[in-house]
Amino acid sequence: MEVTETQNYPAYLQEWGEEKALELLRKMLLIRAFEEKAEELYALGRVHGTMHLSIGQEASAVGASLPLRPSDYLLNHHRGHGHCLAWHGSDVNLMMAEFLGRETGYCRGRGGSMHIANVQANNLGANGIVAGGIPIAAGVGLSIKLRKTDQVALVVFGDGATNEGAFHESLNMASIWDLPVIYYIENNQYAMSMPVKRAFNIERLSQRACAYGIPGVSVDGNDLFSVYEAVKEAAERARAGQGPTLIEALTYRWRGHSKSDRQAYRTREEVKAWQKKDPIKRFAQKLGLDEATLAELQQEARERIDQAVAFAEASPEPDIATIMEGVYA
Amino acid sequence: MRELTYAEALREALRQAMQEDESVFMIGEDIGVYGGAFGVSAGLIDEFGPERIIDTPISEAAITGACIGAALTGMRPVGEIQFMDFITLSMEQLVLQAAKIRFMFGGKAKAPFVLRTPAGSGTGAAAQHSESLENWFVHVPGLKVVMPSTPYDAKGLLRAAIYDDNPVIFVEHKLLYKTKGPVPAEPYEIPLGRSKVVREGKDLTIVATSIMVRRALDAAETLAAEGVEAEIIDPRTLSPLDMAPIEASVKKTGRALVVHEAVKTGGFGGEVLSRIVESEAFDYLEAPVRRLAGRDIPIPYNRNLEYHTVPQVEDIVAEARKLVGGAY
Repeated sequence: MEVTETQNYPAYLQEWGEEKALELLRKMLLIRAFEEKAEELYALGRVHGTMHLSIGQEASAVGASLPLRPSDYLLNHHRGHGHCLAWHGSDVNLMMAEFLGRETGYCRGRGGSMHIANVQANNLGANGIVAGGIPIAAGVGLSIKLRKTDQVALVVFGDGATNEGAFHESLNMASIWDLPVIYYIENNQYAMSMPVKRAFNIERLSQRACAYGIPGVSVDGNDLFSVYEAVKEAAERARAGQGPTLIEALTYRWRGHSKSDRQAYRTREEVKAWQKKDPIKRFAQKLGLDEATLAELQQEARERIDQAVAFAEASPEPDIATIMEGVYA
Repeated sequence: MRELTYAEALREALRQAMQEDESVFMIGEDIGVYGGAFGVSAGLIDEFGPERIIDTPISEAAITGACIGAALTGMRPVGEIQFMDFITLSMEQLVLQAAKIRFMFGGKAKAPFVLRTPAGSGTGAAAQHSESLENWFVHVPGLKVVMPSTPYDAKGLLRAAIYDDNPVIFVEHKLLYKTKGPVPAEPYEIPLGRSKVVREGKDLTIVATSIMVRRALDAAETLAAEGVEAEIIDPRTLSPLDMAPIEASVKKTGRALVVHEAVKTGGFGGEVLSRIVESEAFDYLEAPVRRLAGRDIPIPYNRNLEYHTVPQVEDIVAEARKLVGGAY
């Protein structure tokens, strides 16, 4: 099953206009700068805990949120910094404050890297349990159906999550009831150290869709336009009451699984080959941007991240007196 | 007052909540035309339709996830797990998702749903359809655990659970479904987290849950004929646990016996016992606090073996006699 990038990008660029296209590029650059800063802060000992970096997957994050509305819902999993930043109304200051465990963070410093949520903006949070958010997404879809709105729920998870039983239960349920859920596999080739080629006996993970009688599509996850197109079509189907879609976005994580990963399971050559498919460079090329302009925008993103770090580090840590808060409503 | 069975009382609470609040719906296996494995939802599909009495495939994790997702987005779902044993298939969603979502998200989310489930032995259903697993959930901050023992409490506690803004595990007992008792027709709530003194007495305190409340009451009649007056307390909500009436009672009687059906080791009785001895009531104890609970074995199939696995009325009588008779 061949996976090609969409050739419709000139039409999308025309539809969006230059300003919006640049905004999308800025978002991808902001995500990358966030992740690079996260890594740096960890190396400097300024972060307590681990993290799962999404460097190399920025087109997937920005492209998936793009066709959705602020009234829609997002659920994602542990490699979710990018999706949280890409979601409507996200504030990088509050992201960084949460990452650094501050009271001003999205989750008052209680959630951290793996549990960033912005519930007010319908970002129902990242999930530390592989596939843990997938059954919940069916519930969000059911709620939408019962409330008779035209919202949709996007749930993002990795290739590894599709081998959990929860994936099966949720897709089947969403399918039989035509729930407006977009199941979005971010196939970055590895579930921690387990390569996709050893964990599956199928060529494309989207082939699983046929088991549920729903459409399945695999797209180039490093091409923002292709991701956008697939999610847009899935959202249209969902809003029309035609039920869920399974999307596989093929991408690659440039860094290890988490901070303790020596990456003994893959070669440098493989990483380098994927780095040539850098989603940010590919998007900039299609915009016809020269390298100097891209470098300028990159610098802009880094400065914005520095401001976010300054905001976070100037923010108070949670008061021990509040430790019991938030367990029960 | 008119009498209803425990199952009818639960159904009335569900019907009244669904009539007045569109956000309430039910979801579970065989709850529609079948009426639920124990008939609790019988007839509700005729009144509310398949949109609000939702039959699911056999997918306990997805049933639980559906409750969480719907609850996060404005609904008040009531899920049913057909046998409490099957809640093992929901554990990740309950323990790692439902219980923690609010806290992990800095208190900015809420998941108001109820997961009803029938527990307990006595039906000959053997080891995989007879478990009492309530204490697992007592051990998880973020969940509430309710175990009604009477039709009156079943109706009022279920309503309170539905309108509570937290995930509530609502544990029903299979042998109680057909038991009758007075139940007011109008909607009413019994607040979660309030223990109830169901019988007053001066000689010993019996803390009992679910069906053991009835057995303790029967035992108390026998004991009364022998001149021993047992005070019986039903916590009703196991988490959060209201200890004040229990401590006050133990101060009065000086003797405490905790009775439940679940296995003794790691059971709820250990928590009650610990809290009694950690409290001021310790100074009033005239004997060790005792636990009477299920044997530490799976529930056997054979009728006699099953009967002798969990506390019966005569076991409570015998243990109470020993406790007041100075055997310990």
